[in-house]
Amino acid sequence: MSRGEQSMVPEPTFESYYGRPILKEPTWKTPDVPIYLWIGGVAGGSALLAEGAALSGLPGLERVTRLTAAGGAVVGTVALVHDLGRPERFLNMLRVFKPTSPLSVGSYILAPFSSFAGAAAASHVTGVAPRLGRLAGLGAAVFGPPLATYTAALFANTAIPVWHEAHRELPFVFGGSAAAAAGGTAMLLAPVAETGPAVRMAAVGAVAELGVSHRMEQRLGMLAEPYGKGLAGRLMRLSRALTVAGLGLSAVSAGASGRGRPWARRLAGASYSAGSLALRFAVFEAGRESARDPKYVVVPQRERIRAREEAARSAASETGSGTLSG
Amino acid sequence: MSRLSEFLSPESLWGRLDDVSGDAGHEDHPPRMGFFTDTSVCIGCKACEVACKEWNEVPDDGYQLTGMSYDNTQQLGASTWRHVAFVEKTLPSRAKPAPEVTDLGMPGSGPPGREVTLPHGEDQATESGDSGLRWLMSSDVCKHCTHAACLDVCPTGSLFRTEFGTVVVQEDICNGCGYCVPACPYGVIDQRKPDGRAFKCTLCYDRLKEGQTPACAQACPTESIQYGEVDELRVRAAARVEELHAKGVDVARLYGADPDDGVGGDGAFFLLLDEPEVYGLPPDPIVTTRDLGAMWRHVGAAAVALAGVGAASFLGRPFAGRWGR
Ligand code: SF4
Ligand code: SF4
Ligand code: SF4
Repeated sequence: MSRGEQSMVPEPTFESYYGRPILKEPTWKTPDVPIYLWIGGVAGGSALLAEGAALSGLPGLERVTRLTAAGGAVVGTVALVHDLGRPERFLNMLRVFKPTSPLSVGSYILAPFSSFAGAAAASHVTGVAPRLGRLAGLGAAVFGPPLATYTAALFANTAIPVWHEAHRELPFVFGGSAAAAAGGTAMLLAPVAETGPAVRMAAVGAVAELGVSHRMEQRLGMLAEPYGKGLAGRLMRLSRALTVAGLGLSAVSAGASGRGRPWARRLAGASYSAGSLALRFAVFEAGRESARDPKYVVVPQRERIRAREEAARSAASETGSGTLSG
Repeated sequence: MSRLSEFLSPESLWGRLDDVSGDAGHEDHPPRMGFFTDTSVCIGCKACEVACKEWNEVPDDGYQLTGMSYDNTQQLGASTWRHVAFVEKTLPSRAKPAPEVTDLGMPGSGPPGREVTLPHGEDQATESGDSGLRWLMSSDVCKHCTHAACLDVCPTGSLFRTEFGTVVVQEDICNGCGYCVPACPYGVIDQRKPDGRAFKCTLCYDRLKEGQTPACAQACPTESIQYGEVDELRVRAAARVEELHAKGVDVARLYGADPDDGVGGDGAFFLLLDEPEVYGLPPDPIVTTRDLGAMWRHVGAAAVALAGVGAASFLGRPFAGRWGR
């Protein structure tokens, strides 16, 4: 028996009701929701870069990142509202505060973030109330990271197998992806000489995104299948290729603040950002696929029952032998 | 509404919870009400589906014959709050010796001269003639979970726990965010497309408040759908399983009746004659909020790491200390 002829895991057999889905497919719209995930990362990361740029005197970088953070907040809010079945009832989100609902928590992150980022950008552009503007910028920098990562809980806190079971890795995948996207966007838009910090942030984010998503797929086992095949698989591969290309181009542009090869730095930034966007679409599609196929519900749950019964049996036999010997 | 600490107490998120209504903040509430659906007597008449539609004025959701079976509604959804599953299962053709059978002397679907046979006991999993088919019918509905993921994730408070311990969507509040849809481990609740809002069984909240029986249970001609106090229904269900086992129907088992299961037990539970997945039910559902603590911890750690990466990216740069201009 040569290698590669047999899959490592035997094809799981399972029963179902005419192969009909057990879970409901998320009704969230695409591209609205994947774009919301991505733009939240871009905006959140940009708010961080903006404060760093202000503190270390990089006016060109500061300008671009402040505008990106504010613009991202607007686009994100629009995408979120547009995704609702009843957009006119958007404010009902703020009726209650529920820690059990990441969407509720997220609304209370998005709302202040948007206000702060908007105020900071407005003050920066107009020059009005600069101190208050900086204070707002600080506020945006505080709400930025949670804005970039809470969306992982938004997905993980569902019954969708490939999202829920990835609840440990997904926040880091999204966090890394946010750093890559925000850094990348700044590399694309800011004056090249000032993009040093953005290059570093994007590179660390890209490595984290690649590493943790790989780890996630390893740990998910059979549940990683939807991340590897069909549309989600193609998007995942595209995302990896773009992110790796970003790392490569960024290395090419390194040295002398990229002054020698500004085009490489811009291209690297666009690559990172697009890679992050593709990743969000991939995760979304993988979730839809795992909801459609009852296999991803039945097989792992059966396995869980089997493991539980085995544990109970071995525990019983242990106490049993204990009684005998005692 | 309940206080923050109550929201986050572990027993509010997952595990056994004996007083659901109390946990949701109802004082002096009536006993928890629910359904015990005994599928062993279901005849697939769909009276419950029709009664539910009529009473609740639920619109039709198209006539979707799949060609796979006689089931013409296929699944629960925004406009199907009761769904009668028809399981037509081909038997592994006489691989096993025929079970001890009772001849009912009834006409069958097989060739003339062949008698219809039923397996010994009161099993309605009927083998008809030698067509090799076994029929199972089961009326499915929202489980009104003790730990209802749909309710936990709803960001508007549109989904709420009633004084009867049931789970209801308030149509005038739901903004159609759709979060409840992928959160439900049973795939029950769904968004009604042109309407945009989410709908599901209300356990006839309006009727309950008047002391009436839900429409579906009232319409059921075989008492397959039994409505009552959940505690009492659990006792009744256990007795019914024992009775069936004594009659040799050893495939009978309860589904969703265990208050220690992954959703803290269902307010609507079932007696099944096969594995849950055969009926389109998840074999071991777990409420998603069980892992909520871990999720938020990881999100927090990732946010801190991201902030750290942001700060570290500026390391080595001169501090301009710019504050205002
Ligand atoms: S079955 Fe689904 S829709 Fe019904 S209460 Fe449980 S989680 Fe909610
Ligand atoms: S769709 Fe409606 S009921 Fe469902 S979670 Fe959103 S607001 Fe709540
Ligand atoms: S309890 Fe009422 S709403 Fe629920 S399925 Fe029965 S008839 Fe329909």
